[in-house]
Amino acid sequence: MMKPLLILVGFLSGAVAAWAGPPDGPPVSGYQMMTPETQQLQDDDFLNPAMFLVDRGITLWGREWTQGGATCQSCHSDIASDMAGVAARYPRIDPVSGQMVSLEGKIISEIAGRLGAPAPDYESEDLLALTALIGFQSRGMPMNVAVTPDSGPWIAKGKEIFETRRGQLNLSCANCHQDHWGEKLRGDTLSQGHINAFPVYRLTWSDFGSRQRMFTWCMESIRSEPYAYGSEEFLAMETYLAVRGAGLPIETPGVRR
Amino acid sequence: MLDRTFRKNLLLWTSAVCAASAAFADTGPLTEVPGDPARGLAILRDGSLPSCLICHQISSLPDRDQGQLGPTLDGVAGRFTADELRLRIIDARKISPETIMPAYYATDGLFRVGRNWAGKTIYDPQQVEDVTAYLMTLAD
Ligand code: HEC
Ligand code: HEC
Ligand code: HEC
Repeated sequence: MMKPLLILVGFLSGAVAAWAGPPDGPPVSGYQMMTPETQQLQDDDFLNPAMFLVDRGITLWGREWTQGGATCQSCHSDIASDMAGVAARYPRIDPVSGQMVSLEGKIISEIAGRLGAPAPDYESEDLLALTALIGFQSRGMPMNVAVTPDSGPWIAKGKEIFETRRGQLNLSCANCHQDHWGEKLRGDTLSQGHINAFPVYRLTWSDFGSRQRMFTWCMESIRSEPYAYGSEEFLAMETYLAVRGAGLPIETPGVRR
Repeated sequence: MLDRTFRKNLLLWTSAVCAASAAFADTGPLTEVPGDPARGLAILRDGSLPSCLICHQISSLPDRDQGQLGPTLDGVAGRFTADELRLRIIDARKISPETIMPAYYATDGLFRVGRNWAGKTIYDPQQVEDVTAYLMTLAD
């Protein structure tokens, strides 16, 4: 009499668990798909090319954004204590504006809104550097984005975008990063498509990039029209992927192939 | 595995049945010029075109980093007719609707195609013929 009930309960909880992430077990970081050489580049702060961004971020942190105006440090005195764990909970609903915001979006509004300086562009060195610096204060901490009634629709929208086939090659993100991770796609071993290492230095780009640059790259490689930087679609994608990869340690600043 | 002629007849029969909906277009050659296997191989290796080798392996080729997402293409000429292979390349969804294999010569049913590619097919008709001819050299 017990058995069918147990099976049913197991089936139902399985179905509930399946919505958030790869169906087969806890999330696996893209770090695991890298060769030992690339892993070592990330692990060694002196070799890691993305540490350049963190160093640059430290300079920006103490810089005046308008003449005689405040620096980030004026209000956030100690970056290590003030920003510890912050990146791990973005994107989040901003307690002040009530709007969903990514870490980049928050930094833009600090600079443009609070400090009255021109907003930095997405993928500009300034924005990547401050994002990397703040991300670095969460290194090793688990990604921990809150699932709330307010964030729920964003997560659902991101999931839908992730699973929608698109582009001339007619593939969804899930086709590669859910159904075929661990398999070879030309020179790459497909990862689960997590966002815990960004901003990263990508060897194939010979450049740094944000989460949204990665989404753009993947969309362009399936010959699909990417969404705009800072768009609701990319914000939803980030929110969904943060929840899908919940618990993965932040690796910022990461190195990838 | 089904006998080859039988498969072909089945396909022809199916295409007759579906002719009205045009779900299965004529799977005969798309051009007058017969496919050229050497050109077909060059197309497979052209980095600017989404290669079959992203997903498939052909063990007679020295190319590194061949794909693992689809079955090997070794010996396909023994498993399929030219018409069947051509239909697969044109639009694999006609064979299995949920396939991840891209349609190389169809533009319907796609979403948010990049503006450089909108309304265009991956291969032109002659490229379909050339790649089909190359696959027909892959006997066991
Ligand atoms: C005039 C004071 C002031 C300055 C200058 C300032 N901030 Fe802030 N910042 C705040 C306050 C107050 C909060 C908390 C309220 C909020 O989230 O808006 C905050 C919040 C933040 C947060 C979100 C923290 C969290 O827990 O989610 C980040 C990130 C941040 N600031 C980055 C920066 C950066 C980068 C700079 C420099 C470009 C900067 N701030 C300059 C006052 C300031
Ligand atoms: C054709 C297969 C393919 C599709 C479809 C695809 N990607 Fe990727 N993606 C890759 C490859 C290859 C890489 C680099 C190796 C890796 O990490 O998988 C990558 C990397 C990533 C990464 C970085 C992972 C890390 O650990 O640094 C993210 C994030 C990502 N993709 C997100 C997406 C999103 C979002 C979509 C849908 C818009 C998508 N991808 C669609 C092939 C694909
Ligand atoms: C994005 C991955 C992908 C690409 C690119 C791709 N295929 Fe496929 N192909 C598959 C998969 C997966 C299958 C397995 C059957 C299915 O799902 O449709 C398949 C099946 C086949 C088959 C049937 C093989 C068998 O033994 O059943 C042939 C033939 C084939 N593909 C040829 C090609 C050719 C030729 C190209 C290039 C013009 C190509 N494929 C490009 C993924 C791909």
